[in-house]
This record gives sequence, structure tokens and C-alpha cells, in this order.
Amino acid sequence: MMKEEGAMTPEGGAHAAEGHWDVVIEPSTPWWRLNLGEIWRYRDLLAEMVKRDLTAIYKQTILGPIWVLLQPLITSLMFAVIFGLMARMALPGIPPVLFYMSAVMPWSFFAGVINKTAATLITNAPLMTKVYFPRLIPPLSSMASSAFTFLVQLAFFFVFAAVYRISGSYAWAPGIALLALPLLIILEMLLALGTGLIVAALTTKYKDLNFLIGFAVQLLMYMSPVIFPLAKVAPDSPVRPLLEANPITPVIEGFRGALLGTAMDWSTLWYSAICASVLLLAGLALFQRAERSYADVV
Amino acid sequence: MEQEPLMVQVQGVGKRYRLGTTNRQQLTDDVKAWTAKLLGRPDPTVPVGAAVDPQRIGEDFWALRNVSFEVRRGEVVGIVGHNGAGKSTMLKLLSRITLPTEGTIKMRGKVSSLLEVGTGFHPELTGRDNIYLNGAILGMRKAEVNAKLDEIIAFSGIQHHIDTPVKRYSSGMRVRLGFAIAAHLEPEILIIDEVLSVGDADFQRKSMGKMKDSAASGRTVLFVSHNMTAMRSLCSRVIWLDNGRVRMQGPTEDVVGAYLSNFTADQTEMVWSELDTAPGNDMVRLRSARVRPDPDNGTFSWDTDVLFEVCIENLKADDGRHLNINVQVLNNDQLVLFATNLRENTPDADLGPGIHKVRFAIPGKLLNPGDFRFNLMVHYQGKLQFQTHSIIGFTLPEPVRKGAWHGKRAGLFQFPVTWQHERTSAGDQ
Repeated sequence: MMKEEGAMTPEGGAHAAEGHWDVVIEPSTPWWRLNLGEIWRYRDLLAEMVKRDLTAIYKQTILGPIWVLLQPLITSLMFAVIFGLMARMALPGIPPVLFYMSAVMPWSFFAGVINKTAATLITNAPLMTKVYFPRLIPPLSSMASSAFTFLVQLAFFFVFAAVYRISGSYAWAPGIALLALPLLIILEMLLALGTGLIVAALTTKYKDLNFLIGFAVQLLMYMSPVIFPLAKVAPDSPVRPLLEANPITPVIEGFRGALLGTAMDWSTLWYSAICASVLLLAGLALFQRAERSYADVV
Repeated sequence: MEQEPLMVQVQGVGKRYRLGTTNRQQLTDDVKAWTAKLLGRPDPTVPVGAAVDPQRIGEDFWALRNVSFEVRRGEVVGIVGHNGAGKSTMLKLLSRITLPTEGTIKMRGKVSSLLEVGTGFHPELTGRDNIYLNGAILGMRKAEVNAKLDEIIAFSGIQHHIDTPVKRYSSGMRVRLGFAIAAHLEPEILIIDEVLSVGDADFQRKSMGKMKDSAASGRTVLFVSHNMTAMRSLCSRVIWLDNGRVRMQGPTEDVVGAYLSNFTADQTEMVWSELDTAPGNDMVRLRSARVRPDPDNGTFSWDTDVLFEVCIENLKADDGRHLNINVQVLNNDQLVLFATNLRENTPDADLGPGIHKVRFAIPGKLLNPGDFRFNLMVHYQGKLQFQTHSIIGFTLPEPVRKGAWHGKRAGLFQFPVTWQHERTSAGDQ
């Protein structure tokens, strides 16, 4: 069967012989070949998935998007009553609700990204067995939607803290440290993404991790200065090295320092940055390897 | 034949599946395996018997091996093969869902593969939102969706419900919306699975029409199917996969002809022991199909009845009285000799959830000997659930006839015809 438009350009055939191929599928591509260009080409999918995450979650709830603000507020209130007023773990002089919000918000952002990224291969399996798209898009999109939620919460925090100041009950005055916020957010995202990708890769092989990860993240919270400030832990306490080894500790402390102006050793952020890079690289490598064989297993 | 540039080049592609090793999903198993390795003991997690049975060592299974072919621009190439011949694996490789174990696949231009319509629909989002989401999943840019939005909505025929959440759609509406989006993709290479054509007749016509349009507009199409009629009407060239290898490729008529004549009637029975791989969907599945002479003396012959029997499992079609099974009997030329369905004389049979055996007999002394095959379609509440082509078949040998001529008679039927003769006038001497 001949095609009607047989009069193709003469170089058509020569072009075909070597020419440029848009898609080359080979048995294995090295893990470091990230193909950022491809992720960029699929940026609209990323945007659509973020939109889906943000609009679909609160559908069918009465309060809708207000939950974004209620969730950290309720947790902070609970922590303020239990750990602040009863156990006296908070720093004196700061309203316990503000004190806990400054750590609960970044913590739930961190935990949320880890949990969602860890489940990404499982939740997106029906999609991944039917269509091709860069497999990093779902974790990136859930990170982006969590980041958006977090920014809304941050704005709410500022309003809340300003009310304290205006009403005269607490002289809220964050300092120059506020400028560190963007850096803290980026560090936190990278730490969470790296950890989440590692867990995601491992869950494809060990399904038990699915159940473990929830507990592990909770446990990690108690190993971070969320319910108490690092300053309250004595330098000779046996848990202190544990807290200091946790790369999220400087970040959480940093958020407190930035939002409330508490004392903070900013140089410890270097440690977090190094850990974030290592975790992210390991995460990308493991995830790419796992994602490839995953379609054959499900 | 230098006219059109190459669009797809598949070179020496193989896909190996490791059976067994992927089943190890518990960390403790890995720890046991490592410690055993360190201590120099045999791996306790390897299935018993694996070491002694050389057939099971490694448990490798090559779904595809050494597959090479090329497709030029504007070609519509069909891929045929029996169940398990590697068609779906080939599709998955071409769609980049899984990677080959060896070889390379190169493609030029934008590739879209449709293994399913409406992939990734979110039930809480409206039809309109889902057009954007599904379009993006299929690789469309937002600007493209914007430009075609009105067209897509019109094509889907659900304008009035486009701002309703998809969870309130009927399954038919979802398919229509999904197909409308897919139909407006404009890839250079389109990869289509036959699974797509499952749906009502109207939907099948639309999807066939869409493929014809794609081909006519110079698009390159790769089409995987069991449906030889569709192959013949759409494809310029066909690749026949058999046991994971390319058995033959060439002009449609040659390959389809060879494929059909190879697909002889010796396969008189099929049993699907694993539910997931059995033909069907999550509503009903085929468990087995069998054709045998009746009475069963082991050999088919022209003068005995032929019994066709299938076991079908109803998984969740509640109203068993509205489940219907249609069977077509075809000859070697793919001509349907007759069609029949369960509801012809058993309007009240209740095929509720569970496994059911249904059968009918083709009377002996009726068909002209040759090869015969069965197509099977299952409907629930008038809607096609699935269809399988040429699942099984049988051969009727030529009867031993009196007289000098033993060749094949012409025609579709051969039944006892009683000739009569009378002399109407005496001949003149």
C-alpha cells in the first residue's frame, strides 16, 4: 500500500538513516541521568497534579480549605496544653500556642512530604502501568502541593502572631532571622524528598515498610525539637547526641529562631545541608532503579 | 522504498521476566539469605526443589526475544499473535511502561500510547477538570487542551454534565469522555491496544474511525489486536509475534493468511487457571472453553454432533438473568457461518455470581468439512463486557464418500440431500 504523498523531501531517507531520535529506549540508563529536560516538558502535568491534590482533598468536607489552617492549630493547641502547660516543656515567655505552631507547621510539612513520597509508587501504580510520564512527577507534585499548604499556614501564623502583638499580650518581634525562611523551606523539602524517595524505593521490595514508615516518622518527631526546644535538653543528657545527629533538628530550631526570634546556632544548618544532599542523591538513585523494575512486579 | 522516513526502529529487543525472585518481599527473607551466604550455607529462601530442577534455576522467562522491526511514517502496522505471544509486552515496551532487557527501541516525534481511556480520572473533580488532568497525563500541553477544549466536550457528547464530578458519571460517560480526550491527541506515533475497542458498538465504530483518520492524515499507527477484520481494513503491514519472536512480517494479506491457517483447529480446549490472565473483566471472566465430538469418541467426524462448552465466572454481575453469551462459528476464511446466544431458548437461566457451565451442540451432518473457530462475546445488561476471537477451534475431516472423487466440496454446508429421480417421458429411440 503506497501513501499518496509519496513525494517526500529527498533528504527524508537520509535523515532517517542516522538522524535524530526523540525517544531512545534502552535496557538501562545510568541513575544519574536525571533528564531534567523531560521533567520540564511535563511541567503542565506537574501543575495539574498539584491542582488536583489541592482541590480534591477537601471536597466533600464542610469546612473545606479551612482545614489547612485548623490542622496545625488544633495540634498546636493540644501540644500547648499537654506539653506546654502541664509538662512545662515550652520556653518561658512565649505563648505556648505560638511556640508550638512555629514547630508543628514545619514538622507536619516535613512528615507529610515523607509519607506522600514514600507511597508514591503504590498510589500511582494504576497510572504507571498504563501511561508513561517521568516518574518523579508525582513526588514532585505532592511536595509542591504540601509546600503551598505550608506557605498558607505560614501566612496564617503571621496574622495570628500579629494579633498577639496588637492585643498587647505578647510582644512578638521576629528579627533579621526571618530572612532565613526560604533557605529553611528549601532545606526541609530536600531532606523530606530524599528520605521519602529512599523509602519509596525500599517499599517496592519490602512491603512491611509500608506499615513501619508511619511509626518511624512519629518516632522521629520525638527525636526532633518539636515538643521541646533544644535549649531545654541539658548538654550532658544522653539524648542530646541523638537529637543533634538528626538532620531535621537544626531546621526545626531554625524555624523557631526565624519565626519567634529564639536563640539559634545557625552554623548547624551546614550539617542539615550536607545530609540533605546525600539523602537526595541516594534517594534519586534508588528511586530510579526501583521505578524501572516496579512496572514488572505490580 | 526510500520514500518515507523511519519513525520506529526496534532492534534486537528482548524482555526477560524473573519469576520467583520478585516474590521475596520481606526484609527477614533477605537477611536470612545474606547470612546464609556469609556462612556458606544454602539459601533458605529459595523454593525447595529449585536447585535440583534445572528447569527452575533462575526461573527466567523471556516474554520477547530478538525482536526487530521498522515502521515508516504513515504506515499502519498491526501486531498479531496468540495470547502470551508477547504482544502486550511489546506494547508496554513501546509505551515506555517497562524497559527492555536487551536491544533498543528508537522513535521519532511525539508518541502517544492508548492502553486504556480515562487513565487517572479523579472521581471528585469535574469532567472539565479531568480533561485537563487526563490530557496532561497523556502528554498534552495546557495550551493544547485549552485550544481543543470545546471540541473535546462536543465530541464526548456530555456537555450538560461537564461541570459535574466524574464520580457521578456512568461508566459509559467516563469512557466517552476518556475517548474524546484521547481522540484529540495529535501524536506523530500512535500506539493502540485492542482493549480500547471493548465497549459498545458505537464506541467501537468511533475508535475504528479514529484510527482510520489518523492513518489518512499521515500519522504512524501501531495497532495490537486479535481482530483480523480490523487488521485487514486498517493495516498496510502486519507483524506476527509467536512465542516472543517475530515469526513473520509483511503485507497484511500474507501475514494474516498465514497466521489464520497456522491457527488451526488443533486447539480444542483452553483453560485459564489464573483469574487475572483469563479473558474478561472485573465483572465476568472466562475460565475454560472446550469443543468435543458428541458422543465423545475422541475424533471429530462429519456425521457426529459437536459440543461447544464454556465455563464462565460471574464475579459481580448481580443480575444473572441479564448476562448473555454470544457465540459465532467461523470458517477458515473468517466468514461467520452462524451466530447464536444463550438467551435464545433459556431466557430465565440465572447466571448469578459463581461459575457456570454453558453448552450447545452443532448438529452433525451439517457443516462442510474444514477448520472452524469460535468467537465469543459476553454481554451484561446489553453492554459488551469482553470478546475473544478464535479462542478454540476444531477440524472436521472429509467424510469417506462413495464414488471416485475425494476432493473438498465447495460451499459452507454439507448435509444429507435426498435426490429424487423420475422419468417424465420415455426417450425416443
